[in-house]
Amino acid sequence: MHIEVRNLSKSFGDFHAVKDVSFEIEKGHLIGLLGPSGGGKTSILRMLAGLETPSSGDIIFHGQRVNDLPPQERGIGFVFQNYALFKHMTVYDNIAFGLNVKKQSKEKIRERVMYLVELTGLKGFEHRYAHQLSGGQRQRVAFARALAPEPQLLLLDEPFAAIDAKIRTELRTWLKEMIERVGITSIFVTHDQEEAIEVADEIMIISKGKLEQKGSPWDIYKNPETPFVASFIGESTIVDDVTVLKGFEDAADRIGTKALIRPEYIEIGRPGEIKLASATMEAKVKHLHFRGSEWMVELMVGETKLITYRSLEKEVLHPGEMVRVLLHRAYLFNDNESWIEENKLKVDPMSTYI
Amino acid sequence: MNAMFRGKGWSFGFRSTIMLYFFLLIVLPIAGIYTQSFSLGWLTFWESVSDPLALKSVLLTVKLAVIATLINMLLGTMIGWVLIRYRFPGRRLLNSLVDLPFALPTAVGGLMILLLLGPNSLVGGLADKLGFQIVFHEPAIIVAMLFVTFPFVIRAIQPLLEEMDKSEEEAAYTLGASRTKTFFSVILPTILPGISSGAMLAFSRALAEFGAVVLVAGNIPGKTLIASVYIFGEIESSNPQGAAAVSVLLLTLSFLILWTVNLIQSRRTGL
Amino acid sequence: MMRRLWITLTYIVFGILLITPLIKIFTGTWADGWSGFVAGITRQESLHALMMTAIIVVVVTALNTVFGIMLALYLVRAEWIGRRVKRLLNSLVDLPFAVSPVIGGLMIVLILGPSTVLGTLFEDAGIKIVYALPGMILATLFVTFPLMVREVMPVLQEIGAQQEEAASTLGAYSWYTFWKVTWPSIRWGVIYGVVLTVARSLGEFGAVLVVSGNIMNKTQTATTLVYQDVENFNVVAANGVALVLAVFSVALLLLMEWAKKRKEVH
Repeated sequence: MHIEVRNLSKSFGDFHAVKDVSFEIEKGHLIGLLGPSGGGKTSILRMLAGLETPSSGDIIFHGQRVNDLPPQERGIGFVFQNYALFKHMTVYDNIAFGLNVKKQSKEKIRERVMYLVELTGLKGFEHRYAHQLSGGQRQRVAFARALAPEPQLLLLDEPFAAIDAKIRTELRTWLKEMIERVGITSIFVTHDQEEAIEVADEIMIISKGKLEQKGSPWDIYKNPETPFVASFIGESTIVDDVTVLKGFEDAADRIGTKALIRPEYIEIGRPGEIKLASATMEAKVKHLHFRGSEWMVELMVGETKLITYRSLEKEVLHPGEMVRVLLHRAYLFNDNESWIEENKLKVDPMSTYI
Repeated sequence: MNAMFRGKGWSFGFRSTIMLYFFLLIVLPIAGIYTQSFSLGWLTFWESVSDPLALKSVLLTVKLAVIATLINMLLGTMIGWVLIRYRFPGRRLLNSLVDLPFALPTAVGGLMILLLLGPNSLVGGLADKLGFQIVFHEPAIIVAMLFVTFPFVIRAIQPLLEEMDKSEEEAAYTLGASRTKTFFSVILPTILPGISSGAMLAFSRALAEFGAVVLVAGNIPGKTLIASVYIFGEIESSNPQGAAAVSVLLLTLSFLILWTVNLIQSRRTGL
Repeated sequence: MMRRLWITLTYIVFGILLITPLIKIFTGTWADGWSGFVAGITRQESLHALMMTAIIVVVVTALNTVFGIMLALYLVRAEWIGRRVKRLLNSLVDLPFAVSPVIGGLMIVLILGPSTVLGTLFEDAGIKIVYALPGMILATLFVTFPLMVREVMPVLQEIGAQQEEAASTLGAYSWYTFWKVTWPSIRWGVIYGVVLTVARSLGEFGAVLVVSGNIMNKTQTATTLVYQDVENFNVVAANGVALVLAVFSVALLLLMEWAKKRKEVH
């Protein structure tokens, strides 16, 4: 279903959990609400569900304002972080709950429940109770239960937070497949960026109650609109004094400008390795950390620390070694504006004279 | 939680009924007694309260309640300890029996003490020969108070003992502390909050006790007349204002204690 | 070695304080033999008093169970009550515990007695409150009020609101949610609360004594009859009635312990 949210706000006394958030979601999309803990994402989700009332603003489903509708009447399915399975009921009864409420016939219920049981791979477990299931199984029951009454909107609150890391990736892929198969509009909340990037069609970054940016994972990554978004996705270094960065010195013309540099845009080379030698700076290798699939390298350019990664295939560096560093691109920002800049020195100065 | 039955009318009706019940049953009577005791003016209130018999009864009640509570703290700690830490035949039976004073009517409790320790009984006759009397004297009141407050300290320290991490004790032993020293420096501090909250509840209960005491005390004014029996006497003598005045005194004392217990407990659980 | 000492001491305390007295009630009843016991029980006043006690127990337990569960739900879950107000109401719930039963009875007499405005109002309508059954029920309601509330509240807090929220997203309204989701979780706590309330209303003495006037064959309960018998030196009869009460109490005690165990399983 098409969802529109206008100027949504929620405050608890003096604390503003959600500040003036507005967005639109197309039917059938899978949206991730991503942001740090306590940033307001769960509040937004709960307000969409009707479990919390907004302090101000409108929530519109399919053109109809639903602020005054209780959760029972919104046509939503909700998957809770801790599953909230009904402890005194079997898997079958849990999934059938929403259908029993509507007083559907026993045969119809059986048909639908068994369909979902098969869909979620829980066949054979229908008569088990919650405490007899693993975390992953419980999550799947919660999912099946939410889908049983054929909701128009599926809301998931940190669905994988309580699951072991190993099973998490499996379950993630499974969930994305399921949602695509069923074709239901879905919104899920997470603080794990990897999860959001992998699962969602579109991401909304929420921090301190505000919507920072909405877009596809790739958009957000390539064109972060605010410093927060830029630093949140990926691991970056923030440099206060841009004059030390070769190729970006004139950014200091605009007062108070700082640079945010992604590890991917820092190239390290032994003296002579990097072609555009004139664009490189001298740096000293401070620390090396083995990360399993690559090395994490800490460099010092003068007093400034930079972090980047180096493939295992390249020659190993040693602490104390002097290397050359080329910054390809930096995200620059001050109080008024922010922009992305390529290293000006990367253009071969000689080319214009030939 | 949403409305009971759909429809605002139902939910409003339910909420008001429940809150009204609560208000009429609890708040109104207590407010009533405070206003009634002052209804004939401050002077009458003061006279009723400062009546020497009234004062004596309150002081006596406090004194005996304190003694009973102290005994309870010692006995309760020992029994709580024994019932949780040791395994022995009959342990489960005894543990269940602890709740007997909660299940038994106080009047029956009083009768039991009367039969057991009264002048015609074995114990009573023996005590008589030894020169001190129990029933119809202060000791009987203390026994009655002990009986009705028996479970409080025990039930308060048992969960603390169960939750306690044995490794703390073991650490003490490995550092050379004797069992006694370990008890006083490691175990006692852990169960102290239970002892004190249990003691406060016991004290509050002992102050209020009527049924068990009225049967065994003899109720001799100035000697074995406790506050609650004094109040009862005033009611029987058609002096409800006097009764109300002393009640207010006793009530305020009990409320203070209750409030203190609440305060301690909420600080502990960080509510 | 010390262990033996403490265990023995414990047994001694139990023996003196609880067990022997209980046995004495059983043996004392037979001082005049079986016929004496039967006579004491089947006196008209005994039968009447036992019936009064029974009525009070049933009515009070029923009312306080329903209202207690509802109030517990409101105090833990309701969004229409502010947090500060909830805390205040919470401390008020415990008040009856701090009030001496005699004072409890006095309060009702002062507000609804025959010489008060409310009292005369009711009497003109044909309902006698003080010195009659309604007053006795009120007094017992007051004294036993906190028991059910205090049993249900911690259970509600522990199970959390999420299952109920899940039910609401699945289309279930309050009544359905209560029966299917909440009740199974609080069931044993409620049963324990019922047993406690029954035991307490059975044993209520001071408040009822004041409110009822202890009029033989009219407003006497089993406990106030015991009191009357003792005051009249009719110890054997007192013993008989006390025995009946004691038997019920011990049965209730066993129920209490059983329900307590079931309560903690989940």
